[in-house]
Amino acid sequence: MFMILGYPAPLMFGQLLLGLINGAFFALLSLGLAVIFGMLNIVNFAHGALFMLGAFVAWGLLNFLGVNYWVALLLAPLIVGFFGVLLEKTLISRLYKLDHLYGLLLTFGLALVIEGLARNEFGSSGVPYPIPSQLQGAMNLGFMFMPIYRGWVVLASAIMCLITWLIIEKTSIGATLRAATENAPLVQAFGINVPRMITLTYAGGVALAAFAGVLAAPIYSVNPNMGANFIITVFAVVVIGGMGSILGSIVTGFGLGIIEGLTKVFYPQGSSVVIFVVMVIVLLVRPAGLFGKAA
Amino acid sequence: MVHPSALNRRSLLTGTAALAAATALPGRARAQKPVIRIGVLTDLAGLYQDIVGPVAVEAAKLAVDDYGLASKGYTVEVLVADHQNKPDVGAGLARQWYDRDGVDVIVEGGSSGVALAVSAVAKDKNKVYLTSGPATSDLTGKLCNANTVHWAYDTYMLGRSTGGALAASGGDPWFFITADYAFGHALQRDVSGFVTAAGGKVLGHIATPFPATTDFSSFLLQAQASGAKVIGLANAGGDTINCIKQAKEFGIKQTLGGLLVFISDIHSLGLEVAQGLACTESFYWDLNDRTRAFSARLRKRVPERRAGMAQAGPYSAVTHYLKGVDAMGVAEIKKDGAATIARLKAIPTDDDCFGPGSIRQDGRKMHPSYLFKVKKPSESKGPWDYYNVIATTPSEQAFRPLNDGGCSLVKT
Repeated sequence: MFMILGYPAPLMFGQLLLGLINGAFFALLSLGLAVIFGMLNIVNFAHGALFMLGAFVAWGLLNFLGVNYWVALLLAPLIVGFFGVLLEKTLISRLYKLDHLYGLLLTFGLALVIEGLARNEFGSSGVPYPIPSQLQGAMNLGFMFMPIYRGWVVLASAIMCLITWLIIEKTSIGATLRAATENAPLVQAFGINVPRMITLTYAGGVALAAFAGVLAAPIYSVNPNMGANFIITVFAVVVIGGMGSILGSIVTGFGLGIIEGLTKVFYPQGSSVVIFVVMVIVLLVRPAGLFGKAA
Repeated sequence: MVHPSALNRRSLLTGTAALAAATALPGRARAQKPVIRIGVLTDLAGLYQDIVGPVAVEAAKLAVDDYGLASKGYTVEVLVADHQNKPDVGAGLARQWYDRDGVDVIVEGGSSGVALAVSAVAKDKNKVYLTSGPATSDLTGKLCNANTVHWAYDTYMLGRSTGGALAASGGDPWFFITADYAFGHALQRDVSGFVTAAGGKVLGHIATPFPATTDFSSFLLQAQASGAKVIGLANAGGDTINCIKQAKEFGIKQTLGGLLVFISDIHSLGLEVAQGLACTESFYWDLNDRTRAFSARLRKRVPERRAGMAQAGPYSAVTHYLKGVDAMGVAEIKKDGAATIARLKAIPTDDDCFGPGSIRQDGRKMHPSYLFKVKKPSESKGPWDYYNVIATTPSEQAFRPLNDGGCSLVKT
């Protein structure tokens, strides 16, 4: 058996793959955050709570309406996205003219309310959600036992990231959206309904979080704190990638997943802080983030 | 982390509201009869909410109702507050209750860190503390005192029952996945003791960051690669749930030793994932006629849930304390906490949850513990029908021998 850095190669390959899987969640979540920040200039602290909400909506759909995983994967983001529309229309839209801090406080408060309500309703240890029957089981890759579902998670989130990137960078809708962020009054003068675009952008970002929530439901315990566990790390990912950079959040999401995965082998105790260490270093060397444009 | 501070505010409000409600209601009776005040200090909205929390509060109230106060010369008030799993908050509430609000006895009061702090306050104020939430066996060991009784379970009991049983059935060698804080290390220490005593080997452990870890697959694969036959999970709650779920996902064939698993965890995992798991509790609602009768009464208050051992603890503790009130009289039981505990130790315990038992010199409440195996989905008749009893450990053997704990109360 050949070794890498003193560890058996199969173990290392396994950890790389696991890192990639976790990176898929980081990428999806930070992508939604980056889209919202880039277009709305709102630091959406409610993102973790909405991720959690996505998982619970999928659970509710399955248990009360018998809606299966595949339909939930489509429906839950739509439902949570609609909830996002309500939030944006009634609350968040009032803050665009104010300092970032107000948006941060509001969305943080929303996260507390949503998580508190969920805890009241479901308790703290959560509810079970089964892996869909088509994706159960595992493949033997030789160096590790790869659950088919985890493979699906990487695939699904990579596709979703690509679609989002294409929409924003390569379509006319995306072009209008980017133009509206640069100069809203001008775009509006062309007869485009900018406030509605912004609402839909928020809904889209939120829907991405809910999509990640449904993907996560069969793997993690579906509980009210599941978003809180992720959100801080994901913010670090966004900061490292460069606030608002779409490509940056995708690439750093996957990359940091791998770095975290390797830390779990070399120094397990440090795996929860390694991303923040990277963040500090990146901020010292490139304050705008790896992919960000200097202000 | 951002969220704990959030919890504070919310739980503080809940706590205060509950406190206000609890103190306001029985106001009228106060004038005629003396009042015994019982404080339930628990986790109302945090990580351990389902293990203790609201169900523990209702269990304590049920004990008061079951005891029948109509014919007695006193009334009982039950106060509730949230310690938020923070030792300083728990100790502050305990001080306030004992000093200002005239609370005579605090029940529940776990996690381990909070319990050690409250226990010290009880000693300081010479009051009574009957705790059932915490796991650490240090409460009746080197940190024992004359004002504290530890109900329900401890790390030694878990180690002996689950750890011992797995080791005895040929589960060897071991590898631990340990939550990287005091409780995880204590549990690993106690279980390792039984493994090596049974002639087994411990190959190593991984300390996982607490509480920020959600993905354990990496640690599980490392444990698998170690060549161990048993993977001991020296963690609790969400960590254990995630470990079990992900081990199943990755097709890990090793036996999983869930060392601290409550019925609420099984409920959350679902039987499809949890089936076959060995775990230890000192109470199960479907154990015998008495536990079933207790659970039927409790279900009227909390229809959605069933109690685990840490929630049955307050019922048993309150029942026993009220027996003490009858034996000593209201004035006497309020006077001197240490003397009250000494008297409580002299009275045999008996209640629907734990059956007949006793309280030992070092403050250990003695009762049998049960090794369970989680049912297959096909064996279960419905929600909460989860356990088959595999083995019963009689009370004398369930807990650490009196002389081994290093408790200063034990006179040799």
